Amino acid sequence: MKNIIVSKLSIKNVSASYKTQILDNVSFDVSAGEFVVFVGPSGCGKTSLLNFVAGFNQPHSGSITLDGKLITGPGSDRGVVFQQDALLPWLNIIENVALGLELQGIPRADRETRAKEVLALVDLAGFEHHKVWELSGGMKQRASLARALAANPQILLMDEPFGALDAFTREQMQALILKVWHKTGKEVLLVTHDIEEAVFLASELVLMTPRPGRIVERLSLDFGRRFSQGESARQIKSDPKFIEIREYVLSHFFTNREIVHEREYS
Amino acid sequence: MSENILNSANNKIAPEPSTTHAIANQTTKSIINLRSGFFISATTVIVIIGIWSLITSLGLIEALYLPSPLAVVQKFFDVTANGYADATLWQHFTASISRIFMAVIIASAIAIPVGLAIGINPIARAIFDPLIEFYRPVPPLAYLPLIVIWFGIGEFSKVLLIYLAVFAPIVVSTAAGVRHVDPIRIRVAQSLGASRWQIIRHVILPSALPDILTGIRIGLGAGWSTLVAAELIAATQGIGFMIQSASQFLVTDLVIAGILIIALVAYAIEIGLRVLQKHLAPWRGQIN
Repeated sequence: MKNIIVSKLSIKNVSASYKTQILDNVSFDVSAGEFVVFVGPSGCGKTSLLNFVAGFNQPHSGSITLDGKLITGPGSDRGVVFQQDALLPWLNIIENVALGLELQGIPRADRETRAKEVLALVDLAGFEHHKVWELSGGMKQRASLARALAANPQILLMDEPFGALDAFTREQMQALILKVWHKTGKEVLLVTHDIEEAVFLASELVLMTPRPGRIVERLSLDFGRRFSQGESARQIKSDPKFIEIREYVLSHFFTNREIVHEREYS
Repeated sequence: MSENILNSANNKIAPEPSTTHAIANQTTKSIINLRSGFFISATTVIVIIGIWSLITSLGLIEALYLPSPLAVVQKFFDVTANGYADATLWQHFTASISRIFMAVIIASAIAIPVGLAIGINPIARAIFDPLIEFYRPVPPLAYLPLIVIWFGIGEFSKVLLIYLAVFAPIVVSTAAGVRHVDPIRIRVAQSLGASRWQIIRHVILPSALPDILTGIRIGLGAGWSTLVAAELIAATQGIGFMIQSASQFLVTDLVIAGILIIALVAYAIEIGLRVLQKHLAPWRGQIN
């Protein structure tokens, strides 16, 4: 399907340690148009890795480049969706979504047009002038997604974006993010500990193990693309192939020595 | 019977808000509380005035020490119409209120940037924190003589004294508000490409706004309590001056009237600021 295979985001030999080593020599390339999901138990360094890509923190060694440019700090070329509570309550929904454009000095009329477009994309048309606290958890996350998209970043970074949502809302959000991915063609880097979610969404699934955080396996999957082409989520998730991969990933973690070790002694 | 069951259920501190029924009950309950709260407050005031009237009308305390409420009210109208010490009550009032407002406006203009700097920058914090913490607990009456020696007995010294009392609470609240900004919000702005200034303007200031307003409220309270001290400095007008002067001539009813005026005005401003705070920071207390 992909015409040119270009590596957009390139993570090279990234290591980091605070009290203990959290990432050990992680290298990874994201090609254009991929939906990359990092999955692993807590402590595997997946959130740290995402924060390095976002530029909030710096790795102790190694380098991360986006389009060949070294990442040294946060920037609007990477749109970030946080776990929760990241909307600014003194702004209404459209002002929140247009914030990045406002910071860039884009005139009000233009940024509102753009904000309305992305709000429609995340099914929030009509909620422009609502207050943040008037929205449900799922709607807030959709607004956060719209805000990240409004500034037209090169890549979307999502840190457990559905972690605080209930199971029903989470399913809807998964469908939505696949729709957005399909429509915008942007690269997505998503971190989760929900294995089913990871297998469903990822075009590239990266399995990580903790202490120290390492990439242990990488799988190319097409369930997300199948969903984008019209297959239903339930159909895909009950497909024997989906179940097989889900169980494979699960067994991968639960026979992993380190996890067993932790289960026995902690 | 069912009424009792309902009441006892509502008396539990945290009724399970899992159904709309429970939420509706909670709302009704808080409205009742609000009404009965006001009712209780009003009754308390009326009872106190009643006891006061009773004591004075029975002649238990001499009018020189405690004039009747009616005498206080009469004095109020008398001073409003005829003035006291060559100034009408309105002139005394505007003299005091303009001193306080001038002090609060100047204090806010300086204290908010200083508080921001303390909250953001460790060097600014190291410079200002000891200075402010050093003078903050000292009562204004203690440094009043020094202010008179340095700056004389003019209007400047009066406003300066009130200013010093107002300044510290605003700085301390602003700095606290800045330090408590949710770091996720700062990351949001950073990831949208915000500069340092934009982060301050778009995230830190609005986040800290409720605390800044709380600081101004506390500062105003401190300002009012310093007013009488400030008007000890060779004032010829002002509610504080009026109270002191009246006390020297044992015009007790005017002393009480002056105290009540200060209390009522300060209370009205406090209510006004609370409304403003609710209006400017309506997200406070919302489940976000």
